[in-house]
Amino acid sequence: MNWFVNTLGTSIGKKLMMAFTGLCFCGFLVVHLAGNLTLYGGKDFFNGYVAHLHSYGPLINVAELILLTLAIIHVLTGTFLFFGNLSARPKRYAVNKSAGGRTIGSATMPYTGFLMLIFIIFHLFNFHFADHATQTVFDIVSNAFAAGGYVTIYIISMVIVAIHVSHGFWSAFQTLGANHPKYMPLIQGLGTAFSLIVGIGFGFIPIYVFTA
Amino acid sequence: MTTAKTINLTLKVWRQKGPKDKGKFETYQAKAIPTDMSFLEMLDVVNEQLTLEGKEPIAFDHDCREGICGMCGTVVNGRAHGPEKGTTLCQLHMRRFSDGDTIAIEPWRAMAFKVVKDLVVDRSAFDKLIQAGGYVSVNAGGAQDANSLPISQEFAEKSMDAAACIGCGACVASCPNASAMLFVGAKVSQLALLPQGRPEAAQRALSMVRKMDELGFGNCTNERECEAECPKEISISNIARLNREFLKAGLFSSVK
Repeated sequence: MNWFVNTLGTSIGKKLMMAFTGLCFCGFLVVHLAGNLTLYGGKDFFNGYVAHLHSYGPLINVAELILLTLAIIHVLTGTFLFFGNLSARPKRYAVNKSAGGRTIGSATMPYTGFLMLIFIIFHLFNFHFADHATQTVFDIVSNAFAAGGYVTIYIISMVIVAIHVSHGFWSAFQTLGANHPKYMPLIQGLGTAFSLIVGIGFGFIPIYVFTA
Repeated sequence: MTTAKTINLTLKVWRQKGPKDKGKFETYQAKAIPTDMSFLEMLDVVNEQLTLEGKEPIAFDHDCREGICGMCGTVVNGRAHGPEKGTTLCQLHMRRFSDGDTIAIEPWRAMAFKVVKDLVVDRSAFDKLIQAGGYVSVNAGGAQDANSLPISQEFAEKSMDAAACIGCGACVASCPNASAMLFVGAKVSQLALLPQGRPEAAQRALSMVRKMDELGFGNCTNERECEAECPKEISISNIARLNREFLKAGLFSSVK
């Protein structure tokens, strides 16, 4: 297995891990958003979805463990890459100007990533580790988003997620070598659309709950 | 753009006596510079003036001055090879600047490219990358019959596009992470696309990527600045090909 570690240990190997785990998270976002949209169906519909999800029992715990493992790989590898990139240019330029290649997403990847990590920890304590014995998940959601501060934090966080995904999605395909003249424009368009869907889809839920 | 025949400029040039020197920016006035001059000719004029004043002229790399040798290159106002797209510094003309402009001139900045003096950097890291596998080691033998090795126009063109790389280092200089992926991607692609390059493709991809990491280049984060600054406009699809070649070699070939 030495060859496996040697391959993944290189710069491209680390990037492959970022791309693979990142795409897994894109898949997770789809499932998460689909579940969240049941909120628009009202209290019973939403709690019904939660009960259905929890009926999978241990499978949910396995999924959570997989997500945690992917997150650890993504965050640790990203941190290594970030500091590696800093040391690759010890003396910075006095004047910096883009030639037009970078986007807001690509230029802020490590920073939006770090902010997302803080948000995810906050979010888990908010909902996942909340008291589930005396209140339903719908109660937790509606209590949280009754406060304007929470709504603001969540909306800002969703903008950050959208910015991260806007670069991450197509970038993952490029890293995996999937750059094809016929499909690349489609992948890039899909990445932009996906980041908008994620940002608007998740971002409107706190507003909806707050105003409902 | 200006219609004036000559322009006056303020230059802020990075001056560094040697690799160990800390270095600093010095300000020079470049007066009555004809706009038809190239950027390097403008530096020549400034250097003549400095020499007459008994000062050390600015050291900068240059050779063919035709945009094909890959020798020249500095960062001009934050842009590798200056503001003109698909152009080397020697082919950048002063008509691109306006009277009264201040121009900051810095050397390529990267861990793997050490400053030798002023604007001159040591790019032998690129030579080491080529030595790691950027070649075909089979004996070519005598000239073969034409068309004995059929190569489609598409692959020939793609290979030639990658081979347009002049190894100037603008990709590394412009990359926010000082990554050499466009250079390595171009070199791996130019050979991987042709039948003569296939037998060693796996070993080449592994060796060149390992050497690239060892030399202290950064990691590619698909910022696309290299592609935008490359004087030969080499596409990042070559980086994707390098990723594919590396993935195939690392996980699916028997080469270790």
